[in-house]
Amino acid sequence: MKKVFTRPKTLKDVAYHYCPGCTHGIAHRLIAEVIDELGIQNTTIGMTSVGCSVFTMEYFDMDMVQASHGRAPAVATGIKRVLPDRIIFTYQGDGDLAAIGTGEFVHAAARGENITVIFINNAVYGMTGGQMAPTTLMGQVTKTTPFGRSKEVNGFPVKVCEMLTPLEGAAYLARVSVHSPKSIIQAKKVIKKSFEVQMEGLGFSLVEVLSTCPTNWGLSPLESVKWLEDNMIPYYPLGEFKKPGVLA
Amino acid sequence: MARVTFQEERCKGCQLCLPVCPKNIISMTAQINSMGYHPAGVKEQDKCTGCALCALVCPDMVIEVEREERSV
Ligand SMILES: Cc1ncc(C[n+]2csc(CCOP(=O)(O)OP(=O)(O)O)c2C)c(N)n1
Ligand code: SF4
Ligand code: SF4
Ligand code: SF4
Ligand SMILES: [Mg+2]
Repeated sequence: MKKVFTRPKTLKDVAYHYCPGCTHGIAHRLIAEVIDELGIQNTTIGMTSVGCSVFTMEYFDMDMVQASHGRAPAVATGIKRVLPDRIIFTYQGDGDLAAIGTGEFVHAAARGENITVIFINNAVYGMTGGQMAPTTLMGQVTKTTPFGRSKEVNGFPVKVCEMLTPLEGAAYLARVSVHSPKSIIQAKKVIKKSFEVQMEGLGFSLVEVLSTCPTNWGLSPLESVKWLEDNMIPYYPLGEFKKPGVLA
Repeated sequence: MARVTFQEERCKGCQLCLPVCPKNIISMTAQINSMGYHPAGVKEQDKCTGCALCALVCPDMVIEVEREERSV
């Protein structure tokens, strides 16, 4: 019999430290499958960020750099400019990218840096215990919004893809999800495209991945994928927001 | 012919694989692994079509799927 599903070779054969049902694990696997399919394991360098995915370098079997909180796109910029033949991606949570790292990802996009950003939006600061993130939904209860996020006190959730769309340097922007088989298949296609955009030298690419945090949402893993579908997708619509003309 | 294999020691008992199986053959087993979780498993292996939907949604890559190659 032929193996139709097995672990990608770009991932080491070790267990993740993530909580049960946390979809960070699916996002890792999709990136590794894309790297395998493109045959770029030896030429790719990943930037891990600060958040639950801080130990990502323990899982990917390739060169990785651990950037300070929010700074991964700046580190990626430096490495890509020195080693332009390498494929450079960052892996960042919403606390990392959309709060402390706002300056870095926005300006990397504005400059049109030829890097790929994988942005994991789980609507919360996972690692530190479930505080509000810039992406926390209106009304969502977190450790720091015990009565739900309110516009008077907390302002509005940040839509990262939509926000970057007007920037000329941003070549490819898309939002995907990993809550169902269908969305996972689509997410992989989009992640692959974002790497291909970089390999073609077309400029900055960012894929926002809607992801679950069962532990800090206070839901079971199955309730979490449902909550994502019912609450996150209506506010954060899936799709490609911008793509280079040659891909159209 | 298809075969689905669960690496029980890696399963965190999240149950995400249960509802996606079109044959409804995945359930949580009674055993307890060294992490303290009841791992998922299949009872009626012969009903498995090798569609791999269970493996697709498993965050922890517990599941491996094999399928007979179709001779065209
Ligand atoms: C400079 C600095 N400020 C604050 C922190 C504390 N801190 C660690 S992780 C984190 C947020 C993580 O949230 P996110 O990026 O959404 O990742 P997740 O865990 O949800 O995947 C914060 C604020 C830190 N490590 N360094
Ligand atoms: S705290 Fe949330 S994001 Fe972090 S590993 Fe657990 S479920 Fe995943
Ligand atoms: S491969 Fe398909 S049929 Fe077989 S157990 Fe998994 S989901 Fe069910
Ligand atoms: S999805 Fe994976 S980790 Fe979760 S119960 Fe099924 S086999 Fe176990
Ligand atoms: Mg987060």
